[in-house]
Amino acid sequence: MDYFIELLFSGLTRGSIYALIALGYTMVYGIIGLINFAHGEIYMIGAFTAFIVATVLSIYGFPLIAIVIIAGIAAVVWSSSYGYTIEKIAYKPLRHAPRLSPLISAIGMSIFLQNYVLLAQTSDFLPFPRLIPDFPFMEPIAHIVGSTDLVILVTTVIVMVALTFIIKFTLIGKAMRATSQDRTMATLVGINVNRVISATFIIGSGLAAIGGLLIASHIGQINFYIGFLAGIKAFTAAVLGGIGSIPGAVLGSLILGLTESFATGYVSSDYEDVFAFSLLVLILIFKPSGLLGKATNQKV
Amino acid sequence: MGLLKELKKGVLISLWFVFLTFPVMVIKVDPIARTVVWRWANALYMAVGTFFIYFLVQFFLRKKENRKETNDSKEQTLSFIHRILQDRLQRNILIGVVAVVAVFFPQFLSAYQTNVMTTALMYVVLGLGLNIVVGLAGLLDLGFVAFYAVGAYTYALLNLHFGLGFWAVLPIGGLIAATFGILLGFPVLRLRGDYLAIVTLGFGEIIRLILENWGQFSKGPSGISNISRPGFFGIEFSLQSSIIYTYYLMVLLVLVTIFVVNRLQDSRLGRAWIALREDEIACQAMGIDKRKTKLVAFSLGAFWAGIMGVMFAAKTTFVNPASFTFLESAIILSIVVLGGMGSIVGVLFGALILILMPEYLRALSQYRMLAFGAILVCMMVFRPQGLISNIRRTYTFKKKTTSSLCR
Repeated sequence: MDYFIELLFSGLTRGSIYALIALGYTMVYGIIGLINFAHGEIYMIGAFTAFIVATVLSIYGFPLIAIVIIAGIAAVVWSSSYGYTIEKIAYKPLRHAPRLSPLISAIGMSIFLQNYVLLAQTSDFLPFPRLIPDFPFMEPIAHIVGSTDLVILVTTVIVMVALTFIIKFTLIGKAMRATSQDRTMATLVGINVNRVISATFIIGSGLAAIGGLLIASHIGQINFYIGFLAGIKAFTAAVLGGIGSIPGAVLGSLILGLTESFATGYVSSDYEDVFAFSLLVLILIFKPSGLLGKATNQKV
Repeated sequence: MGLLKELKKGVLISLWFVFLTFPVMVIKVDPIARTVVWRWANALYMAVGTFFIYFLVQFFLRKKENRKETNDSKEQTLSFIHRILQDRLQRNILIGVVAVVAVFFPQFLSAYQTNVMTTALMYVVLGLGLNIVVGLAGLLDLGFVAFYAVGAYTYALLNLHFGLGFWAVLPIGGLIAATFGILLGFPVLRLRGDYLAIVTLGFGEIIRLILENWGQFSKGPSGISNISRPGFFGIEFSLQSSIIYTYYLMVLLVLVTIFVVNRLQDSRLGRAWIALREDEIACQAMGIDKRKTKLVAFSLGAFWAGIMGVMFAAKTTFVNPASFTFLESAIILSIVVLGGMGSIVGVLFGALILILMPEYLRALSQYRMLAFGAILVCMMVFRPQGLISNIRRTYTFKKKTTSSLCR
């Protein structure tokens, strides 16, 4: 039973991380109908920025709490800036191009960013500093649920609540919903669509950076390639839940996280990624609109 | 006029990029030795570099705008290579020169050069295969390398267990890859373009992961070695002459591929692909079986990839899953996009540029993947039709009174 609970929590932790990344995919898709292939790379850059800042601060002897806060803010700021810039360079000029063009551009961006980090930093796995200490009150159940898992789950819940608040009640959130429903109409009622798209990229990238920071301190090492797999899996989760739907992305991520966790726990860990990819292929074949997505008919 | 404003904008943008690249470019930490290296010079390079790139980009964007305006009034200007290809005499001279170079290439240059050229020619065929899927039929396939892997492992395994030779496996490898293409194609071809891209990417990864993990079947990450080289009526070759033989074989395969793809492009099927790429619904309304047409495109693309897989295994005599990563698919896609989607000459040039350039500019080979990524983005932004774009066959209706009707 302990093993089952351990797997359950490990699945929930994974799922929360996927959710943080998947939200970026699903928000961007909801607004401009583009699979932002470079999103995984933004998550990787968030993790790298956090790593660099945290290591520098810890070398200069800052206290742990300051390191966590500064590294977290730095990761979010830089990732958002990257997201904003990438949109301006690679997607904005292609807004009226055929469908395949922005996708190819996004793939190019993803390869470019991976190699940029590889060349500027290193190809080795780097040890990520421990940012989350073992809480004393977690002692009795530490063998089932680690302190890091707890922090990840709590942070994810807080971020989700904040995001829901932004989208439901703020002006920019309303503008986002309007833009995703009908871009032309949104322009007509005076919404600056370019600003809404930039805001979407910034928020999505910020969420990915939080995910990057959390997963890096959970796993304890990073490398330039982590964005690829995480990106694909988060995309799987977004599609599973129904791409474009925010609750769908969270639901899909939790299902994917639990599936992976139980599959590796009870079947075999060699094929962990195969499970995720097979799940993706199966969903797209049988229910391309996802669990909570709406099937749209193409009108001529 | 507005120069000062432009300069100011350029400075602001370069400052933004210095900020953006600051943590990754400037700081380098060693977490084990606990040292920090501040590389301030990089920030300076970044500032100067982005400042100039900004003006370069502005220049190109303006050129693109101008071209758009002039195109409306004038007829489409043909690129240099197209002018050569349209003139019969010039075209024959060009073909003659290329043929002479191709035939005498291994005589004048070392085995190493020949080997490099063989690799480049393999990418030409791979590019042409993917060109059927992406360029003609408009299906973005990001898992093309899976079929390449299927071909390579078919030869490797058949050679290992049954001792089958290169020539026997060449068609088998192609057919098995094509079968995989159909197997994957059946369920996923209903999907829209971008979903298809992700599913094919997932499929490519599944194949690689299976090859990596299913030890008894594929010998896992260590791969299969000692695969026989291509034979020629049982004659034993030395390594040197075998390389030359492989080269000529590859030239032959390229010619066959170009011939087949060219014929396909102008056939009923080829026109159906292009129609499907442009508008699926209109295409169905015209009575084209969407599913069948897509499946044929998919399986034909896979067929060429399978054949090249067999060739790859025979050339290197060793296969392992590390040769078939997503980056390989990305390289082949870059070739097609750089050359010009749907254009055979374009793919030829694209493959030669992308494979030979990093080979001869060794110092730059480190930046190869960085350049591939940048190429994909820049091509899409500045020149989506590729270096040598495909010219649509147009029927020109000539009468004394009316001038011409294009498209």
